[in-house]
Amino acid sequence: MDAVFDNLDLFWSGFLRSLGICLWGMVGSLVLGTFIAACRVSPIPSLRWFGTSWVTLVRNCPLTVVLFFMAFGLPEIGINQSYYVFGVAALVIYTSAFVCEAIRSGINSVSAGQAEAARSIGLTFSQSLSQVVMPQAFRSIVPPLGSVIIAMFKNSAVVGAFGVGGDLWSVYKNLTSAQGYDGLPVITGVAVGYLCITLPAAAFLAYTERKVAIAR
Amino acid sequence: MSNVLYDEPGPKARRRAAIGTVVAAAILLGLTGVAVWRLADRGQFDAELWSPLINPGDDNFVLVWRLLGKGLLATLTAAVLAISLSLVIGTLLGVARMMLGKGGRIPVVAAIELFRGLPVIISIFYVYILIRSTGIDISFLPGSDGLWFLVIGLTLYNSVIIAEIVRAGVNSLPRGQSEAALAIGMTRWKSMKNVELPQAFRTMLPALISQLVVILKDTSLVAVLGLYTELLRRGNIISLNLDNPIQVLFVVGVIFIVINYGLSKLAEFVERRLSTRGQSSGVRLETGAAAA
Repeated sequence: MDAVFDNLDLFWSGFLRSLGICLWGMVGSLVLGTFIAACRVSPIPSLRWFGTSWVTLVRNCPLTVVLFFMAFGLPEIGINQSYYVFGVAALVIYTSAFVCEAIRSGINSVSAGQAEAARSIGLTFSQSLSQVVMPQAFRSIVPPLGSVIIAMFKNSAVVGAFGVGGDLWSVYKNLTSAQGYDGLPVITGVAVGYLCITLPAAAFLAYTERKVAIAR
Repeated sequence: MSNVLYDEPGPKARRRAAIGTVVAAAILLGLTGVAVWRLADRGQFDAELWSPLINPGDDNFVLVWRLLGKGLLATLTAAVLAISLSLVIGTLLGVARMMLGKGGRIPVVAAIELFRGLPVIISIFYVYILIRSTGIDISFLPGSDGLWFLVIGLTLYNSVIIAEIVRAGVNSLPRGQSEAALAIGMTRWKSMKNVELPQAFRTMLPALISQLVVILKDTSLVAVLGLYTELLRRGNIISLNLDNPIQVLFVVGVIFIVINYGLSKLAEFVERRLSTRGQSSGVRLETGAAAA
């Protein structure tokens, strides 16, 4: 295990870089996913159609295909970015479909009577949304949304393996091929690095789930 | 259409929705137009780029599709092997978690949490490194070594997921089922094997089919590692030779989407059928399907 302990600083910087991919992916997919969810529940048919097609297409397509399409396809039409940008973008597009579904199912879990009651006592659309519907929907959104985000953290390893530079995977490449360390201890270090992201996230989710759980 | 967000629209809302539809459609069409224009501008609709994929008269057509077929077969082989192995190991793990005492359960729970938290691509790569560096000989297994790195990696992750599905399925059964089995003198193991698991599997079926979709998608992870030539890696190699990544990856994406969409629809169909059958025979299965 010397390979890991002698190079802790390298692992630490790789870990931060991998964590960065996760955080950018989280922010991006929450924003895009919320937008797609808004499309899917909107009263405008063409937006609903767009949201539904987006979810159907993206959810059934492997992340790797999205990633390859961006990294190898987009340069063909003159869009050149670093693999980091392409990787995060692919992660955001892929995860947005799952974020959308988590949000939509949460909104749908609120019974229509709640909104009808809000309207009948004279609340406007935005009041009923912010005071009645969303507070209830939020509680049902948290557990599935948390699982989606944790799955996204794990998927960020795909982006890393694709080669973005500076992350845990490049630490692996650096230590094994350039410095000649054995693969097994180094990949163990990489795996522990990812577990340091996913396990606390899972524990935090379990804690939050208990806090917001609806007593039924 | 009325739901929790808005009521049955009146004349004003209908007018607004109509205007919104036109505006949104115009924006979407505009964006599509920009994308199409960009693709056309860079010559991505040129016949020479598409013809190996869509023109049966092309010299490469037969070869390209034979290779894609081989890739698809490789993907399906890995997926079927992984789901079968995961099903067996996952059921054992799930049952072990439920039947072992508090102390004996700890290693099972630890393994489940560990493999659930590990990214699948790391599991696959880890299996590869572990087998290579310990020199374990897996050549006696049919198929290439790469296939088994993939299958074992996928199985590690998916068997713990299936263990949780099994547990949810069994826990969703009414308590009376196991109580009745114990009351007529079955052991706990017999009650699990002959009474609870068979019922749980029925309610789990939709969740298992959905898991197959996840596995199918995850087989393409090895394309990044380059350990096994499945559909995506095969497509990537073809596109390097023909110099048409957009076109080949488009076709690969469509193949994945069609298969996975079909499987998702099948899962929905099975779920509906199970729940309606359950209602007619008076057995409560809806709760199980929801929990799974």
